[in-house]
Amino acid sequence: MTGKPWTDRKVEIIIGNLLRAGVMISAFVVLLGGVVYLARYGSSPADYRIFRGESADLRYVKEIVVRAASFSGRGIIQFGLLLLIATPVARVVFSIIGFLEEGDYMYVVFASIVLSVLLYSLIGSAY
Amino acid sequence: MRITTLEFTALIGMGSFVAGLLGALTGLGGGVVLVPLLTLFFKVDIRYAIGASLVSVIATSSGAAAAYVKEGISNIRIGMFLEIATTLGALLGAYLASRISTGAIATVFGLTLLYSAFLSARPRVKLSIDNVPDPLATRLRLNGSFPTPEGIREYYVRRVPLGFGLMFGAGTLSGLLGIGSGAVKVLAMDQAMRIPFKVSTTTSNFMIGVTAAASAGIYLHRGFIDPGLSMPVMLGVLAGSLLGTRILVEAETKWLRRIFGAVILLLGAQMLYKGLAGRM
Repeated sequence: MTGKPWTDRKVEIIIGNLLRAGVMISAFVVLLGGVVYLARYGSSPADYRIFRGESADLRYVKEIVVRAASFSGRGIIQFGLLLLIATPVARVVFSIIGFLEEGDYMYVVFASIVLSVLLYSLIGSAY
Repeated sequence: MRITTLEFTALIGMGSFVAGLLGALTGLGGGVVLVPLLTLFFKVDIRYAIGASLVSVIATSSGAAAAYVKEGISNIRIGMFLEIATTLGALLGAYLASRISTGAIATVFGLTLLYSAFLSARPRVKLSIDNVPDPLATRLRLNGSFPTPEGIREYYVRRVPLGFGLMFGAGTLSGLLGIGSGAVKVLAMDQAMRIPFKVSTTTSNFMIGVTAAASAGIYLHRGFIDPGLSMPVMLGVLAGSLLGTRILVEAETKWLRRIFGAVILLLGAQMLYKGLAGRM
């Protein structure tokens, strides 16, 4: 009952490489944003004792992209973190394609449920 | 004491590096010590701390996945099926995190740490594996095989509803506390569902990233994810855990696990105390 191990294996390797690439790209973007941020605000005092919550332009996908495009350090970091959050989402999308190729429709349904939960969190829960 | 953003970033980055390194070396994950480190020592508000921790959890899980995939022992069907439970749990956890008091979050965190310390101290119970297929697991195509030095070994998954329920709990904890909750995931697969330990740990690692991504969106919209804090935490933990997995093969980890377990115990007691005393 192992299905088609070879195809599974191929999909897994693609997914593994995709995840690593996603993490490395996002880490690079976060590092870049960090350099810009610290170059501008490195000498100002740090305080995270009181929770204020982020401003709206660092909380929503569209606003983060706009802020990153204006070369704001915090905006670039947040955009990198967004790429990082998107990496597992891409993994689930690839799994759906893999299950479709194998004709395993039960798992296409399962993976689609997981994907809709992720998309709800990333997009739907904003409203 | 007033410190500058640059000093703060450097200190947080170093602390996160050590947390990631120890987490990878001991297999206990860096997330569990990260939040106590940020809240107890750096006096960061726990909501910012769990936001930064959650982000680093996604990074380490995804970063390690490529290495695990090469070994060919994780089971993507078990992972995907159980992710339905963990992601739904993570949504609930993230909503709870934005509703309940910081003292309550700290209290649950303290209890989770104490339980993790207990799990790390206890020798793992070896379970006999009987090769009778379970009808539900068979219908869900969860059974699999993995390569061992003695050749391909087949395994049969058991008690699917119990495992699914435990996974929902693991997801809720992950979303509430910003941790990977790998220990609970492994417990559900290894102890409840009788999945071989190696398959359980690697599949759990795969699931952690997707689970964390399910609460990350809600954290982001609630303003829990601060770029200035998350940047050194994510980069530090990622670098530490990548180094940790690289030296893991040669290192003797038994005594390290014991020390790390003791640290977790102490941090857990302190989190619990501060949470209950309302000083969080």
